[in-house]
Amino acid sequence: MHPARMLPLPVEFRPTATFVRDGMRAAVMILPILSIAEPIPWVSMPGTLRGESADESALIASLRDGDETVFARLVDRYTPAMLRVARGYVPSHEIAEEVVQETWIALIKGISKFECRSSLRTWLFTVMINIAKQRGVRERRSVDAEIAAFTCGTVDPALFRGPNEEWPGDWKNWKEYPRAFPETPEGSVLADELVAVARAELDRLPDRQRMVVALRDILGFESSEVCEMLDISIANQRVLLHRGRAAVRQVLESYLGVGP
Amino acid sequence: MNDDSMTCKELVELVTAYFEDALDPHTRARVETHLKKCDGCRNYLEQFRVTVRTLGRIRDEHLDPGFREKLLTAFRDWG
Repeated sequence: MHPARMLPLPVEFRPTATFVRDGMRAAVMILPILSIAEPIPWVSMPGTLRGESADESALIASLRDGDETVFARLVDRYTPAMLRVARGYVPSHEIAEEVVQETWIALIKGISKFECRSSLRTWLFTVMINIAKQRGVRERRSVDAEIAAFTCGTVDPALFRGPNEEWPGDWKNWKEYPRAFPETPEGSVLADELVAVARAELDRLPDRQRMVVALRDILGFESSEVCEMLDISIANQRVLLHRGRAAVRQVLESYLGVGP
Repeated sequence: MNDDSMTCKELVELVTAYFEDALDPHTRARVETHLKKCDGCRNYLEQFRVTVRTLGRIRDEHLDPGFREKLLTAFRDWG
C-alpha cells in the first residue's frame, strides 16, 4: 500500500457560489472534496460496485451532457446502498428516501462544478451522510458507548471449553466444530442463496454495524474512508465490521447445515 | 502449551484485524502459531473469508421503481 493511503484523507471544505445561489442546505453547501493523489485500488475489480473510477472523467462528462442512461446506471448502482446507510441515521425508510433524493439532486446541481479530486461515489456517500445527519432526529447514543456495551464475544461461549476443563478457551471439540463450509462456486444456486441469506442478515444488523459492513464489504471503501465518513476511530470501525461479519458468518453456517 | 499461546476464543475475535494486517507483530505471530495446530480455527478463518466474499457479492437489484423514476425525472428536469 502506498504510504499516503495510510494517512487520513485530507478534507477541504469548499462553499461554492453555485450552491448558495441554488439555496442548498448548509450541509450540502459545504462540499468535502477528498484529495486522492493516486489511482484508487478498487479499479481492478470489474463487475462489482467497486469499479467506477477508471472511466470517471468520461462518466462525469456524460452527466454534464445530460446523459440520462449514465445517470440511471449510477442511480441503480448506488441508491440501494445509500438507502441502507442513510437508514442508520433517520427514523424511517421514507426519510431515508428523502435524504438519498436530496443527495442525487445535489449531484445533479453540482456536477458542472465537480472536480475529479475525489471519486464520485466517495462524494456521494460523504454528502449523503452529511444530509442524513442533519435529518437524523432519532436519539442516538455515542458510538463509543455503543461499542463499550459489547461485552461478550462474537461466538457463543458455550462452544469453548470452560475454565476448569483441559485447554480452557479452546473449541470444545475442534475435530467436530467449526467445520469447513462446503464449496460454493460462484454462479451456483447455493452461492446465490448464500448471498440472499447474507443480505437478509445484513438488514437485521444494528445500524452502525450495517453501515460499516455495507461500506467496507459491499462497496469496498477503505477503512480510512469509512472512519472519515462515519466519524469513528479505526479501532471502533474494526469492532463494528467484525461483529457484523461474525453475525453474517453465523447465519451462513446454520444455512449450510454445519453449525454446532 | 506455554503462557504465550492463544486460545481459540481469543483468536475468533481477531480475524478481521488479522485480515486487515492490523495486529502487532507479536499478536500476529501468536495467531499464526495457533492456526498451524488448530483445524477448528483454520476452518473458522476460512468461513470468515467466505462470509466476506459473499457480502461482497450482494447486489441490490430491486430499487423501488417509483422512487427510481422520481430520481430520473429530477435529472431530466434539471438538464
